[in-house]
Amino acid sequence: MTAAVVVVGNGMAGARFAAELRAREPRRPIVVFGAEPGRAYNRILLSDLLAGKIAEDDLALAEPPGALDLRTDVEVVSIDPVSRTVEASDGSRTRYDALVLANGSRGVVPPIDGLWQDEETLLDGAATFRTLADCRQILAHARDAREVVVLGGGLLGLEAARGLATRGLSVQVVHARGQLMERQLDGEASRILIQTLAEFGVRVRLDAVTTAVIGEDRVRGVVLEDGSRIPADLLVIACGVRPKIDLAVKAGLQVNRGIVVDDSMRTSDPSIYAIGDCAEHRGRVYGLVAPAWEQARVAAEVICGGGAAYAGSRLVTRLKASGVDLAAMGDPHVDDESAEVVVFADPARRTYQKVVIRDQRLVGAILLGDNPTVGTVTQLFDRDAAVPADPRSLLFGRAGGTPTESAGALAAESTVCRCNGVTAGAIVRAWLGGARTVTEVSAMTRAGTGCGGCRDTIEGFVATLATDADLDTTSRPEEVVA
Amino acid sequence: MKRLDSTLDDMSGVETHCPYCALQCGMRLRLQPGPAEPARVEVTPRASGGNRGGLCQKGWTSADLLTSGERLTTPLIRWSRDDELEPASWDEALSFVATRIRRLQAESGADAVGILGGGGLTNEKAYALGKFARVVLRTRTIDYNGRFCMSSAAAGGIRAFGLDRGLPFPASDIAEADAVLLIGSNVAETMPPFLQYLTAQKAGGALIVVDPRATATARQASLHLQITPGTDLALALGLLHIAIVEGYVDRDYVAERTTGFDGVRPFVMAYWPERVERLTGVPVSQQRAAVRLLAEADRAMVLTARGAEQHAKGVDTVSAFINLALALGLPGTPGAGYGCLTGQGNGQGGREHGQKADQLPGYRKIDDPAARAHVAAVWGVDPDTIPGPGPSAYELLDSLGRDGGTRGLLVFGTNPVVSAPAAAHVEQRLRDLDLLVVADLVRSETAELADVVFPTAQWAEEDGTMTNLEGRVIRRQRLSPPPGEVRTDLEILAGLAERLGRGTLIDADPETTFNELRRASAGGIADYAGISYARIEAEDGIFWPCPTPDHPGTPRMFLDRFATPDGKARFVPVDYRPAVEDIDAAYPVYLTTGRVLAQYQSGAQTRRVAALRKAAPNPFVELHPDLAERHGIADGDDVRVTSRRGSATAPARVTDTIRVDTVFMPFHWAGAGRANSLTNPALDPTSRMPEFKVCAVRLEKAAVPGAETEVGAA
Repeated sequence: MTAAVVVVGNGMAGARFAAELRAREPRRPIVVFGAEPGRAYNRILLSDLLAGKIAEDDLALAEPPGALDLRTDVEVVSIDPVSRTVEASDGSRTRYDALVLANGSRGVVPPIDGLWQDEETLLDGAATFRTLADCRQILAHARDAREVVVLGGGLLGLEAARGLATRGLSVQVVHARGQLMERQLDGEASRILIQTLAEFGVRVRLDAVTTAVIGEDRVRGVVLEDGSRIPADLLVIACGVRPKIDLAVKAGLQVNRGIVVDDSMRTSDPSIYAIGDCAEHRGRVYGLVAPAWEQARVAAEVICGGGAAYAGSRLVTRLKASGVDLAAMGDPHVDDESAEVVVFADPARRTYQKVVIRDQRLVGAILLGDNPTVGTVTQLFDRDAAVPADPRSLLFGRAGGTPTESAGALAAESTVCRCNGVTAGAIVRAWLGGARTVTEVSAMTRAGTGCGGCRDTIEGFVATLATDADLDTTSRPEEVVA
Repeated sequence: MKRLDSTLDDMSGVETHCPYCALQCGMRLRLQPGPAEPARVEVTPRASGGNRGGLCQKGWTSADLLTSGERLTTPLIRWSRDDELEPASWDEALSFVATRIRRLQAESGADAVGILGGGGLTNEKAYALGKFARVVLRTRTIDYNGRFCMSSAAAGGIRAFGLDRGLPFPASDIAEADAVLLIGSNVAETMPPFLQYLTAQKAGGALIVVDPRATATARQASLHLQITPGTDLALALGLLHIAIVEGYVDRDYVAERTTGFDGVRPFVMAYWPERVERLTGVPVSQQRAAVRLLAEADRAMVLTARGAEQHAKGVDTVSAFINLALALGLPGTPGAGYGCLTGQGNGQGGREHGQKADQLPGYRKIDDPAARAHVAAVWGVDPDTIPGPGPSAYELLDSLGRDGGTRGLLVFGTNPVVSAPAAAHVEQRLRDLDLLVVADLVRSETAELADVVFPTAQWAEEDGTMTNLEGRVIRRQRLSPPPGEVRTDLEILAGLAERLGRGTLIDADPETTFNELRRASAGGIADYAGISYARIEAEDGIFWPCPTPDHPGTPRMFLDRFATPDGKARFVPVDYRPAVEDIDAAYPVYLTTGRVLAQYQSGAQTRRVAALRKAAPNPFVELHPDLAERHGIADGDDVRVTSRRGSATAPARVTDTIRVDTVFMPFHWAGAGRANSLTNPALDPTSRMPEFKVCAVRLEKAAVPGAETEVGAA
């Protein structure tokens, strides 16, 4: 029997890879190991689950057609690259002809006194925010909780905080750095974001290193480095993630921060691939779903004999938090002389926009608050396309469209009735020819006989022309049309 | 014959409908008194069907073509390939065609001769063409240009509702809707009097328009989603995602009136708004606003048109928007629903009565034994002699003159040299035919390639019925007989049938043909059995289905049940896929194509009307100022647009109403400015609709300004 393609990990990357492979080679056997129990789910939507907007059922990812050898709640414990076999926690051994590591990352838990019950278990009332199981735990605590502390002011921490605030909880984000989302935002954006979050009941404490958890049997609060104490009956930890590389290390694969892969998503062993949060490509570990899915596509293509190559992804971060519109991309911190930086800040309206341009290309952007151009800017960045000569349109958009025609001062050649192609000049000529009412003008010019949308305009013309004729019999009626 | 003189009062003349789009505006025609020969025809609007008394410039000027010097008045024959077309008698022309059909079919089988019909033909002619193919030619090779128009909406409607009627409610319901989501339609230019419904609707409600351009229609909208071409499906998935997350799904409706929601959910949940924003370019805030407007309206409607449908994923896109409508509880709910806006004059009736490759009259399927038995009995033939399904329009065109492909083609009511995708390729395929026969009013670009051209009657010179965008069957009335030796399409088909030895099977009289159509459609989905010419005239049109003479017709469908076996509408799980040809470094700009107000379809008619030619004299390339500046192009400069299939050149029209990554060309023109030289013939797997609405191109300022641009008629 042909050996299978074995996938380690049934998360966003692994499940996607299985679907991509199935679409290309429907008969190729695929074995997927998932360390978590249950079917593959959509991690992106966990913040909606926290907010109570969706049910667990809604998280299900579409499964590839056909039978899938899916082994959930089973962890792969070792890889033998020589015999091309993986050994799993259920004692099974499975041969592969291609192995795809998609086992993701784990949440970083900072060293905090009193956080752990024992070596494996967090204190009651504390949870990381990474998996569905984490989410269930947070929600179980949230039922009786009143005050929440979220450790970490990055993307995930803010999404968790906003979600829990939706449930009516008092939420405070405690962040060790001087600003929120420091990789994606600058100081001013962070300041306005903090004001926006406050409107939704999320408070933020910056430069605050948490040193200890208060509470013996369960979380009752946290202590900061400066000695201040924040009461809390729920502690959510969202302090970033670290790629899971243990398996790869034990198998002798080349690792750095993540498992090192080339442009084909191959590791140092040509039969083993890595994709998603655990992979490191050209020195970068992404930790976002869009790159993971692109990598899944490339790996599937390569394993089926195709020539696809992964050239890296453009980083676009979009905060999923109800009422907070924030997009950040690339590096917004560039401010050397070669870069053109355009900023618009309107803190009162909770709006901040910044684009960084170099060589006519967008290298970074922050769009917070009212952002009509976010679609355009994101696509320009994604495509590395040339920016418009006047970059202001990237912030505000253009005043699109021709102005609405109104009676009075219209150019003679401007169209009044689109349905019948009747110009202002033609209407004046009809008036000169004796038409004095809308009906008479319509009969003579056909203006207003299509959708009828211009009848008010014609009425305005007739009235203006009549008034002008009354006021000054010497003036030429054509002059009404500028 | 109704030759009228000056003593007749204002009620003289005939009540008929405009010859152009599917709105089929009511109009009265009168012969003008006076010495002119032929007499000029006066057009006046009348409220009938869907127009409420409105007419656009095309309708007002429609009679100009009746007396045009460019009309064909005798048959034309090209005796051999090196000859010019020259006048001939009907006897010569019909014999020439019949002889060659016999020879080709003897050499290569019955399927070697095919028919390409059109969505502008009356129900009688569409029906007769289908019958002519199956019982006279006995060929399976027949399809029509509606494949390029309505096929995706039709397939999507059938998948969900078990039946396809463009609007399952009268157009006037739209004026009463509290929110309308209009995807890929520029009615302000394509059916201008229709805009009055949207204007009325917007007065108390919300109009949301999805279009890559801020068209005249989009500028009327309360919310315009300026989408990336080819991504409508992602938007539809994203809107349903938001509806689910925000709790807007009508759970009772979904439980009682639909099946399959749970199968759709996992696909939809993978299109969260931020992802959809990146795919479509539509900001998250606008997506949310659109869903809120739709979901919070008492009566909401989702309407699609060609912008969403003319894609290689058109059917799935329609399904995704129907899924949204179903989740919000709209279809089959009074005052609400899903509909598509049909394009061509008889785009609805033309897709019901058998000129489609896989279809028999009454919207029956040609591979259904019961349908074949019923229709065979009406036709008086053995069911086994009715051929099976044939190739779709583009596949048919692509096979012309190739080994094993079609060798002879009869074209009625369409001009594929201008309107087919990859038109240069299609033109070559037509040239490679052994026999090309074209029935047309004028020497269209396709007629120019023909071996035989039959001059046919215009709308004011024939009787018949049309089925407008609402599914309302209406009467077309003859004002006066056609000039010269011109014959109607029915007369031509009857004449050919006679020469092919099956003269009794095709009747040249429209009303006789309609009465036969009624019997053939009886018991089918589009059941016309109870509709008569007299009833249509007395009742200002009748909505199908209308199974018996005492049945009132069906203005609103699905109120009690859908046309599926269990009576429930079906959610269809669909997933997004990008345009077949996405932009890249070599072809970095999207091309989308469409229409302008003063021209209709391939322009064969409207380019020959002086007033319309003046209003819209030539093709153009619409592009954004930033894109123009980057290419050194100024307004009016000739722009050469190149895709993987060819090039087209037309003057630039620089405007900031279009996306910066997209150019637009209208497709009504032939020659150097032919937009369809560029378009992608990739087909939808279900509807076989070509991907007209998006392909990748590059631009350059043309070296010789204006040299090749064809303006107007040949």
